[in-house]
Amino acid sequence: MKRISLARVVLTIVFAGMLATPALMRRFGPQGHQPAAVHTDCQTALSRYGFCFEEVSKQAGVDFVHEAPTLDPKLNRIMPEVASMGASVSIVDYDRDGWPDIYVTNSRTGSMNHLYRNNHDGTFTDVAPQLDIADVNRPGTGVSMGAVWGDYDNDGYDDLFLIKWGKPELFHNDQGKGFTRVTDQAGLPPWINANTAVWLDYDGDGKLDLFVGGYYPEDVNLWHLKNTRMMPDSFEYAKNGGRKYLFHNLGNGRFEEVSAKAGIVSRRWALACAAADLAGTGYPDLFVANDYGVSELYINDHGHFHEAGADTGVGFAPKSGMNAAFGDIFNQGKFSIYVSNISEEGVLIQGNNLWVPEDRSGLHYQNMARDLGVELGGWSFGAQFGDFNNDGNLDLFLENGYISASRNRSYWYDFSKVAGGNSSIISDASHWPAFDGRSLSGYQQKKVWVNDGAGKFEDVAQAVGVTDRHDGRSVALADLWNTGALDAVVANQSGPLLIYKDVVAPDRDWIEFDLEGTRSNRSAIGASVTLFWNGREQVQSVSGGNGFASEDDRRLHFGLGQDPQIQKAVIRWPSGLVQTLNTLAPNRLYPVKEPQ
Amino acid sequence: MNAPAVAAPQPAPPPRALWQTLLDSRFTPPVFITLILLVGNFSFGILESYQKTLLAIATSIAGEMILGRIFLRKWPHPASAYITGISVGILLRSPAYWTYALCAALSITSKYALRFRGRHIWNPSNFGICAMLFLASDAVAGLSIQWGNNFASLVVIWVLGSLILWRARRFHITAVYLVSFIALSVLRAHITGDPWQAEVSPITGPMYQLFIFFMITDPKTTVRSRTGQCVVAFAIALVEFFMRLDSSIYAPLYALFWVGPAALFIEMALDTRRKRAASSTAVLNPATGGSY
Repeated sequence: MKRISLARVVLTIVFAGMLATPALMRRFGPQGHQPAAVHTDCQTALSRYGFCFEEVSKQAGVDFVHEAPTLDPKLNRIMPEVASMGASVSIVDYDRDGWPDIYVTNSRTGSMNHLYRNNHDGTFTDVAPQLDIADVNRPGTGVSMGAVWGDYDNDGYDDLFLIKWGKPELFHNDQGKGFTRVTDQAGLPPWINANTAVWLDYDGDGKLDLFVGGYYPEDVNLWHLKNTRMMPDSFEYAKNGGRKYLFHNLGNGRFEEVSAKAGIVSRRWALACAAADLAGTGYPDLFVANDYGVSELYINDHGHFHEAGADTGVGFAPKSGMNAAFGDIFNQGKFSIYVSNISEEGVLIQGNNLWVPEDRSGLHYQNMARDLGVELGGWSFGAQFGDFNNDGNLDLFLENGYISASRNRSYWYDFSKVAGGNSSIISDASHWPAFDGRSLSGYQQKKVWVNDGAGKFEDVAQAVGVTDRHDGRSVALADLWNTGALDAVVANQSGPLLIYKDVVAPDRDWIEFDLEGTRSNRSAIGASVTLFWNGREQVQSVSGGNGFASEDDRRLHFGLGQDPQIQKAVIRWPSGLVQTLNTLAPNRLYPVKEPQ
Repeated sequence: MNAPAVAAPQPAPPPRALWQTLLDSRFTPPVFITLILLVGNFSFGILESYQKTLLAIATSIAGEMILGRIFLRKWPHPASAYITGISVGILLRSPAYWTYALCAALSITSKYALRFRGRHIWNPSNFGICAMLFLASDAVAGLSIQWGNNFASLVVIWVLGSLILWRARRFHITAVYLVSFIALSVLRAHITGDPWQAEVSPITGPMYQLFIFFMITDPKTTVRSRTGQCVVAFAIALVEFFMRLDSSIYAPLYALFWVGPAALFIEMALDTRRKRAASSTAVLNPATGGSY
């Protein structure tokens, strides 16, 4: 009897301890580090973190505000949800003057896209109207969702592929003096409801091909719906989305659609994609982050893909993939993959994924987002890796926030009510409760996670000046003013375009590379640079589209920390050529042309 | 001395086939919930991960064995703990492992720590999951967005589940709850102005399949009388109705969390009153056989 009584006392204590465990985990667990919440001045941030951001869009003469699409009135009840994408930003040096320019999309029918030319003096000027790439959201043609740039005809100037819910458009860059619409000659399909695309030379023939990931099915015209059964049939296993396209560049301004022939067949709801040589075959592999389902990883076997998401570990747990970014976060010469998802306290904790390659034979990834502290980012969208404080470790910039409307009324209850139900209910927009001015994961704090190089990321967004609460979608990185610092340009849904100018402590060094292919595609998309310095190693790859509806500057930026000794840079060109640069000095931009 | 009574020889019971063993009432629920799990996972990959579900099951069974041995002085049958573990594995959504272990441990421990007059008063997994949702909302969520269940698989699970409950003589609980939920959904749609499909939608989802087949019918935490069980099932639906009007995402779990124990307390109070009444009757009328 006494033994039982004692045991009962012990049981009560243990039980109380269990109830207290969540609070202890919050305090001491892997996610226990509270973000640096207080906005400090730039000098303080510089001394603490080695950098700060200053939002300079107004000073730069950029006053762009995104306008969301207005779709078929049948969707009015849930218009904020259906029309929740379209704000995008991509970086391009369209006139090859050595200064990055900014292209942003707009999404209201009749609204204008903007191309902000860099004036080299801290300001930008919108030149899209005179270059004929502004008025691209005309009635009946759909609206813009994103843009990716690549020199498909190897003439030295990056061309524009416009991602739309509607008629996709290809514009040829006429030596930076204007753009010519070449969609029809290129043989592109009449209508795709896409949110993502990437330029890549999948077959290594020196000509850029194009992957486009459909979101809504291509037979859906969101302005003239036949019926309201156009929503996903599941929130985690949907396969009723848009088809995928792989446009093989035939070299005469024409493209041939070869997705099925090349092994890409999927009707998942693609929202983001990126390409790089992950498997080390010399050919670019393709990662696709899908909404309402698992991610897909298409391994490229000399021009033919096979889907290896489940085999490599990245395609098992279905979530709401909205971003695909590659970064060598451990400085080990291998890319990790960051996929953003949804986390809303008490409602839905999917957690973002940081897929880190495992050190074993064969390509396999482990999700280390929780361990490294980059798991919870709200309703996350675009994210990019970049070394913001030039310390030699890649940091992470994350945009988030879905629908910011009423500050005290949420749609989450209604969302979860329907989203957990049967496909026949979910897939019909008329079954969804009206939004009625409510928010859904709105007004969220952004994340700027600083990589300490020892396996932890710390959120310093508020401290370094990233304090906006807009509905962030797309973020693109570039050294906009050639200062050796990586600036961030953010496109917000129904919100302003923000330019976060990076101010870095002066004792941190850097190096940049501007690659140009000769045997490879001239944009050098798919080329990688592995930099060796101070016994460290970091790889970066030239991208033809990454993050969410964005494209970083094709110039590669490496932070080096203090007093760096650079050993070498090894460039792996898409042609297979490996080039080593031995005499490199910090704080310089190196233009590198592929040896013939 | 009377000769001892000799029982007439009885024929030996025929050996039980495997299917009969599986239909043993203690095994039926575990087999059924495993079936749901396997069908769901092979059809849609419903689990966060095998490891997390196995962790929940292992923690649950280990906890039951240890606590049962200490407090009941016997090795408990693992079926109940298995169901608890598997329910936690399916209903809890979290990227972290510790949440699954903690939830399973809390669920089982609640059976031994929170007892009244020798009965545990919460359905274990209902308690564990609600506790996690209350205390660790930053790390866990319930199963709210899940499964691309097509209609056929839904019907199969419902028919099979109903047959099993019918055999266990507990189908009336599910039936009363189901009818109440649907009727109240229509009323809710009328009040909120939302489409009735939106209000009915939750019951077509996977959380409810576990809720109505395993949680509200749990023999250990439901009242004994058939009428009482029906009243309690309706009460759960009614409390859930009001919670849903207040936009509570986990309304059914929370409704059971409050109504289940309340019903048991009421039943125990009524039992006490009946016993007292019986005692006083016995005192007044010893001929009824009551002790003096």
